Amino acid sequence: MTEANTLPSGRTRIDHLEMRGITKRFPGVLASDHVDFDVQAGEVHALLGENGAGKSTLMKILYGLYHPDEGQVLLNGQPVTISSPTDSINLGIGMIHQHFMLVPTLTVAENVALGLPSSRGALTDLDRVSKRILELAEIYSLKIDPSAYVWQLSVGQQQRVEIIKALYRGAALLILDEPTAVLTPQEVDELFVIMRQMTRDGHGLVFISHKLHEVVEISNRVTVLRDGRKIGTRPTSEITKQDLANWMVGREVTFAPDRGDVQCAEARLQLQDVSCGSDRGTPGLRGVSLELCSGEILGIAGVSGNGQRELAETVTGLRKTTGGKVILEGRDITGLHPAEITDRMLSYIPEERMRDGVIKDFSVAENLILREHEKKPYSRSGLLDLREISRHADELIAQFHVKTPSRDTLAKNLSGGNIQKVVLAREIFRTPRVILAAQPTRGLDIGATEYVREQLLEQRRKGVAVMLISEDLDEILALSDRIAVLYEGRIMDIVPREEATPERLGLLMAGVHPEEGVTA
Amino acid sequence: MRARLSSLFDALLPVLATLAALAVGAVMLLFLGVNPIEAYAAMWDGAFGSGNSFAETLVKATPLLLVALGICISFRGDVINIGGEGQMIIGAILATWIGLTLTDWPGWLVITFCLLAGFVGGAVWGGIPGLLKAYFNVNEILSTVMMNAIAVQLMNFLLRGPMIDPSQAQLASKIPQTARLIEAFQLPRLAPTRLHMGALLAVALAFLVYVLLWRTTWGYRIRAVGQNPHASRYAGIQVPRYMVLALLLSGAFAGLAGAVQVFGVNYRMITDGSASGFTGSAGFNGIVAALFGQLHPIWSIPASILFGALLVGANKMQRMTQVPSALVIVLNGLVVIFVVSSEIWRRRRQRRRMAAAGHDEAPPPNVDKKPQQAEAGA
Ligand SMILES: Nc1ncnc2c1ncn2[C@@H]1O[C@H](COP(=O)(O)OP(=O)(O)OP(=O)(O)O)[C@@H](O)[C@H]1O
Ligand SMILES: [Mg+2]
Repeated sequence: MTEANTLPSGRTRIDHLEMRGITKRFPGVLASDHVDFDVQAGEVHALLGENGAGKSTLMKILYGLYHPDEGQVLLNGQPVTISSPTDSINLGIGMIHQHFMLVPTLTVAENVALGLPSSRGALTDLDRVSKRILELAEIYSLKIDPSAYVWQLSVGQQQRVEIIKALYRGAALLILDEPTAVLTPQEVDELFVIMRQMTRDGHGLVFISHKLHEVVEISNRVTVLRDGRKIGTRPTSEITKQDLANWMVGREVTFAPDRGDVQCAEARLQLQDVSCGSDRGTPGLRGVSLELCSGEILGIAGVSGNGQRELAETVTGLRKTTGGKVILEGRDITGLHPAEITDRMLSYIPEERMRDGVIKDFSVAENLILREHEKKPYSRSGLLDLREISRHADELIAQFHVKTPSRDTLAKNLSGGNIQKVVLAREIFRTPRVILAAQPTRGLDIGATEYVREQLLEQRRKGVAVMLISEDLDEILALSDRIAVLYEGRIMDIVPREEATPERLGLLMAGVHPEEGVTA
Repeated sequence: MRARLSSLFDALLPVLATLAALAVGAVMLLFLGVNPIEAYAAMWDGAFGSGNSFAETLVKATPLLLVALGICISFRGDVINIGGEGQMIIGAILATWIGLTLTDWPGWLVITFCLLAGFVGGAVWGGIPGLLKAYFNVNEILSTVMMNAIAVQLMNFLLRGPMIDPSQAQLASKIPQTARLIEAFQLPRLAPTRLHMGALLAVALAFLVYVLLWRTTWGYRIRAVGQNPHASRYAGIQVPRYMVLALLLSGAFAGLAGAVQVFGVNYRMITDGSASGFTGSAGFNGIVAALFGQLHPIWSIPASILFGALLVGANKMQRMTQVPSALVIVLNGLVVIFVVSSEIWRRRRQRRRMAAAGHDEAPPPNVDKKPQQAEAGA
């Protein structure tokens, strides 16, 4: 540490940032209740808590997106006011949001330059921007091509662009809000390399994640929030994953769900040689055949983009097949409208829940009847029964522990986990025959994850046929009775749970048959 | 507190926009050498000065409200209906034709029947662009505007030929107008003014549209499709069908406005060759009234009255102060521009606030990222 006060990017470092007594109220919720939080140069401070605990709120306050009702922020001991992201950026605070704010049709350099004044006045200075990007990329060993279009980049690469963008704007302290939620395990490793490099260079990092092993691996200190209150801060070296889980939820958490044995009574859903296209025009599915039994969970494993989305959409009727048959309880449903398929008691928990699962500007109660609103008792001859709809909402909110100020709260004001509970409640309450769940626990905290998984197992116990599409191998292994691996639109193999090991599945996911691998 | 103030501001925004437009108008009046205070006093007097002038305001407000109700439905379903003018004309033609044909029937029956015909005529004229949008992806703004042009030509043709008043047909002047409806078929007056039953009907329908939008499955679906077509489709709602329904109902209310205009005010159709000659631009002004009323059917009632007052008052102002009649049109246009842009501004502000307020609203955040995921997967 020769130039004690400057970072490799040339920016002065933030030795110590402190938030004191931060309080933030939203209508009906106390999202932040006198929370103290601090970050030092050179450390990763992890922020942990269940969905809706107030993590994002606290960080948005630091970034100037929300204004606290009480409390103050001290930078190197000096009180500062942050009333907008412009202020926080000027102070050297950067934030990587959970969903990226990049324009897909622009290049990396254009995205970085977006919203900044040009050094050439009215003319663009993209060449200078590119040069600076390459410098920063060099310093922080971030591989990035400034002239690449953002739509061409993988999610992991886009995240690097976001990091570059923050560094370009002079971030000394960087907030990463659930950066790993969308990454593959390899991409997470790459991100961690970058994060370690940054802390070595004197940056301070705030890291939010629901994955405890990541927190244990990367952070120096952990702060746990629960219901807007700070439970405590501890050095990571002093605690284990299990401690963390219990501490966070406030009770014992079991990681191994209890499960009975499966007896295949009847095939609920059959796919016979199903093919379909994808949005890119290339084949999405190429002759997939499957059988899903009542009372079983069939896991669909695979690296994202190998046909999972297409599989879900053909079964639900949202995508046209180009060949083969889909059979639901003995009836051919190929080519039926989604409404007709839904009516045969197929429930669907879509992957992109904000886009496909809920209507953001509808209330919780309205969202809970999205599927069944034309049925009794929610409506009679076209007239909605508001009293019944409210009663139904209250019942589901209680039964599925949805944390919401009221049934009339708009869906967009709930936290991610609670939105998923709304979807889950709606899809499960109708007593379906088949459930198709796509990435049902993505972005959820461990409590909510445990809850969702428990619900899926409960449905399985009730004899519902469950198809679980997930990129999370641990989840697949924990829940599935059989595991089908998708690779380039084909089923590589279907493996019973007893024979499934991460290694074997990993090879299948990469398109290699273990047996062939040996003989070849 | 801040939120409360901010929503109060949003609610008052159309009023502030109107005042701003009037302020700009005042500057113009000054340039024309007219005292704006006197001019606006005349305007107020014209709109609210006496029982009779207030009745005129309500007469003007009636077609505005009917069109606005339709706009509430279509805009909530996220389809933009600019075809109110054409829909009014078609509704009026159909209603007039029936009214002139069934002369032997009892009055109340014919009136009911004719208003329904107006409703249906407008529904057809709105439904066509709806179908084009839903099934052939034709932009509804363009198609509704084109349907306006077709409706005008159709009206001009019919009023000059097949539907022309037989007595005019004999004369050399050949004024393009239909025969007059017999007295039994005219909507009853409410007072010794021109105010007619149509105004009450419009208010009653405002409550009905409220019920439609928030208490029926149709309304629920129209709103769902308008807010999020993806989630609606996933939930099994036939999205195209409800887009068509939204435009069709929107057209139907405009068509009814046309019929009410004939049966309540003019008692015949007459054309000067343009659409506004018949509609008085209610097909467009109704959109502004609806935006004024925050796309809420009940709030559209005062909004339409305010707008009716502006139109009636401006006429009086013109007569009193001798400003060129073009100024009245300019003033009207100013209010439209100010209100519409304030609404656009409000939405942007709200979106920005929402963007700031809800970054991690979308937990699995790959909505905009399909291409790259494809790359990653390939
Ligand atoms: N703009 C808002 N308006 C109203 N309530 C809000 C708003 N933003 C957050 N909340 C509420 O504040 C609480 C904390 O939300 P926050 O987003 O900070 O949770 P989180 O810890 O980030 O959860 P997650 O892990 O799901 O991202 C929640 O109850 C949420 O519903
Ligand atoms: Mg969050």
